Amino acid sequence: MLIPYNTLVVLLGCALLGVAAGTVGTFALLRGRALVADAIGHAALPGVALAALVVGAVGADPRSLPPLLAGAALAGLLGVLAVQALSRTGRIREDAAIAVVLSAFYAAGVALLSWLQTRPGAAQAGLSKFILGQAAAMRAEDAIIAAAVAGACLLVVLLAFQALRAASFDPDFARVQGLAVGRVDLLLLGLLVVVCVAGLQAVGLILVVALLVLPAATARLLTHRLPRMLAIAAAVGAVAGAGGAMASAWRPEVPTGAAVVLAAAAMFSLALLFSPGRGLLARGAIRLRRRLSADTDHFLRAAWEAQEAAGAGPGTAGDRWASIESVAATRGWTPGRARRLARWLALRGLVACAQGHVHLTPLGATAARRAVRAHRVVEHHLLAAGAADIASADRLADLVEHGLPAEMAARLLPEPSALPDSPHALGKGTP
Amino acid sequence: MSAAPPPLSVRQLTVAYGERPAVWDVSWDAPPGLTAIVGPNGAGKSTLLKATLGLVPALSGEVRFFGRPLAEVRDRVGYLPQRASVDWDFPATALDVVAMARYPRMRWWGPIPRRHREAARDALAQVGLADLAGRQIGMLSGGQQQRVFLARALAQDADLVLMDEPFAAVDAATEEAIVQVLRDLAASGRHVVAVHHDLGTVPAYFGSVLLLNTRVFAAGPVARAFSAAAIAQTYGARLPVLEQALLSGAEGGGG
Amino acid sequence: MTLQDLLMLDLPPLLAALLAGGTCGLLGSFLVLRRESLVGDALAHAVLPGIILGFAVTGVASGLPMLAGAMLAGLAAVGLIAVVQKAARLDPGAAIGAVFTTFFAVGLVLIEVTGARSVDLDLDCVLFGQLETLVWTEGRSLAALVDPAALAALPRQLGLMAGVAVAVGLTVAALWRPLKLICFDPGYAAALGLPSRGLEIGLAMMVAAAAVAAFQAVGSILVVAMLVCPAAALRLMTDDYRTQVLGGAALGAALGGVGYALAGPVPAALGIGVALNAAGVIGTLGGLAVAAAALARRRASVTPRPAEPALPGSAPGSA
Repeated sequence: MLIPYNTLVVLLGCALLGVAAGTVGTFALLRGRALVADAIGHAALPGVALAALVVGAVGADPRSLPPLLAGAALAGLLGVLAVQALSRTGRIREDAAIAVVLSAFYAAGVALLSWLQTRPGAAQAGLSKFILGQAAAMRAEDAIIAAAVAGACLLVVLLAFQALRAASFDPDFARVQGLAVGRVDLLLLGLLVVVCVAGLQAVGLILVVALLVLPAATARLLTHRLPRMLAIAAAVGAVAGAGGAMASAWRPEVPTGAAVVLAAAAMFSLALLFSPGRGLLARGAIRLRRRLSADTDHFLRAAWEAQEAAGAGPGTAGDRWASIESVAATRGWTPGRARRLARWLALRGLVACAQGHVHLTPLGATAARRAVRAHRVVEHHLLAAGAADIASADRLADLVEHGLPAEMAARLLPEPSALPDSPHALGKGTP
Repeated sequence: MSAAPPPLSVRQLTVAYGERPAVWDVSWDAPPGLTAIVGPNGAGKSTLLKATLGLVPALSGEVRFFGRPLAEVRDRVGYLPQRASVDWDFPATALDVVAMARYPRMRWWGPIPRRHREAARDALAQVGLADLAGRQIGMLSGGQQQRVFLARALAQDADLVLMDEPFAAVDAATEEAIVQVLRDLAASGRHVVAVHHDLGTVPAYFGSVLLLNTRVFAAGPVARAFSAAAIAQTYGARLPVLEQALLSGAEGGGG
Repeated sequence: MTLQDLLMLDLPPLLAALLAGGTCGLLGSFLVLRRESLVGDALAHAVLPGIILGFAVTGVASGLPMLAGAMLAGLAAVGLIAVVQKAARLDPGAAIGAVFTTFFAVGLVLIEVTGARSVDLDLDCVLFGQLETLVWTEGRSLAALVDPAALAALPRQLGLMAGVAVAVGLTVAALWRPLKLICFDPGYAAALGLPSRGLEIGLAMMVAAAAVAAFQAVGSILVVAMLVCPAAALRLMTDDYRTQVLGGAALGAALGGVGYALAGPVPAALGIGVALNAAGVIGTLGGLAVAAAALARRRASVTPRPAEPALPGSAPGSA
């Protein structure tokens, strides 16, 4: 399929816009300024409307983009200043200041638009496409302008990389190092304004904040290192931008802004679910695995100690049957939970299961011996440290051994072959 | 009366933030009267206090107030949070803040009943702020703000008041006022458990002490438990329990 | 302008603006005091998919399904913001920005996909509000004001707004003191045994309901102005909690009424041929109110705060 020239240019322009938004957004996120972009975006509306009025009044081409973008940028800057002025009252916090500014400026824009509508000459024609974005209506030269602005932004970010990094990671340290953090912050605000303005036509002023926040947040889920975070954010931004433009070409009635946001949100959701380090699934799996391994150890140990108590000597207790109910009673589990665990262990070949009793297999006996030894070593250590009496040493050892980082466990549990005696009497329940 | 349950009793309480234990297997009975919880920074003193009130979740353990679970005796337990992280611009007067202590005992709407208003005024007078009842809290000095919150804890009219660092960053007049309040409370048979950071004033202000550094190092009457050796041990023991276990293990200790 | 015009064309939008402004203004103080203004912003946007789905199910722009859908969407958004904030360790602002834009985008797409687009509900309604489209066809004379049959012909949206306004007003009154406490000191509320988590969720649900009601009048975006501007202006003017909360409601209603009047009826009465979007004028007035309050405050606060006076008895009973 041959893509028409116009569409191709728009596609590439939106992708570049996404790259710029992703990188600038990353720094904004790290500096805690992400939502200022929301105020900037909304504040642009009256600027666009006023610019259209002026352009119409002097009789220039009302479809010409640069004057509109200049108006948007001015209004956006004004919005930022208004947020800062309100925050300086001390009474209105930054969150309320942002909310006031974005809604009041937007409202002024809406009122202006409605007034323009009543005037002859229809200068407002097509202005509402700036609200939610309409990439399909972009001409190639519009896309080139947006792309140039985005490219310039990107260039500034690369040039000021070190300063931005220092200011966003540890502003106080950077200040001590002699960096003018205030000026870097101003630069960042300026970049935010420029990106928002560049994104007006493609994404729209209401949702442009998402193009700054979502790619950066996605990258944040996937990595801790700044260069990699910037790269990921840029890539996510590019895909979202291009995806939005394509959706707009395919179904022009769907607001482009919505398509861009949904594309970015999809990637963010995937990262939120599947990120190896911070993803919900990975963290759930770790929690589950830790709990299962703790339960396994506890079950095996209980089975082992039941046999020890029944007279089989340490190291030889592999041959008697222990009732699941007694294991449940020792651990304070419900019988159902103990039965399910027994079935799971049987599946893994650690125990044999029959008529409500379990029997350690050779594999299970080895694992049980390891668990018993680990537990007792910790118990003895805790007692030696004087931290606990015997009754709580048993319980604490459980907490310690299953919350232990691997290398610390190795130091705590060297490989002597002798199995220490339990410091407390074995039998049903804790003494 | 030796059979009376202690005002606060903690059994095998363990609290952890993430993987790091903050309070480790603490079992302790607060004696009647004025008690200080003392220990180095990060020793879990505030955490212990908050965990007893259920403000941070405990991994394990049991807490009793006067021998009963908190829910049954909530009106007997007052609380003075660490120098509050509240919005000092909040539209509330000193009297408004103190009256909050009585909210559980009144309807949720309508004007504040006279006796509760009087109780709040009395509490303010007790900390020497009767004249500033109508002032917005942000217009008070730091010490006065701290005293307003002390008055709020008093206005709960509780038999046991838990105080989190009541003396932190206060001026001399406020310290004096707080000490007087502590003595008044003790004289009227109430109990106080306060997290305290100034070792020098412990014997002067408190009758009993709990030396805490993640776990209990010593507890009892100041004369007995507040010994130089116990203090050194508490403050020297910056290592978490596990590290200690490692050390003693390396020394070849086994039982 | 005749009486009939006034009743048919101006009364319904005026009532709607008053109700929406009053309800939002009442709740706005809690948001501002809890430093959750942006949660209000997020809820105002996030209820959109719920509104659209509720509307698609019933086809009526005032039904309870719409309200229920919006509250569910609001609940989901608040929950998701908490999850994202915790999992991604984002600052609250960024988590809010990530979630509400997504919800809003879903809503925009749903408008197209479900075919919910109609006279009652389209993009223009979302973006600009539709106060001007509320008309009372039976409002031909003053007698209609007491005629049940004629009153039944009032726009249905007004019924929803009035219902939400009454429900929110009663709830705020009934929970007056607990709400004050969770605004001022949530930790202490918990220590006193108040259900602070439930109260916080309840507050979010009231905001979602108010956002739906106001959506009918001013659209999604300008709800934020109605929520935050009156409360922010009052924050600059008063140190009294009751004045803050009730004054917020009064100022909200006043902004709604005056804004609507300035947008159309007043210029028309003066013979000026300008008719502005009423929601836009209301929001602009909100911003101007905050700006005026800020300026007035700066002028007043040239005198410094009183230093701590040396009060007799401030150091009681030195032994």
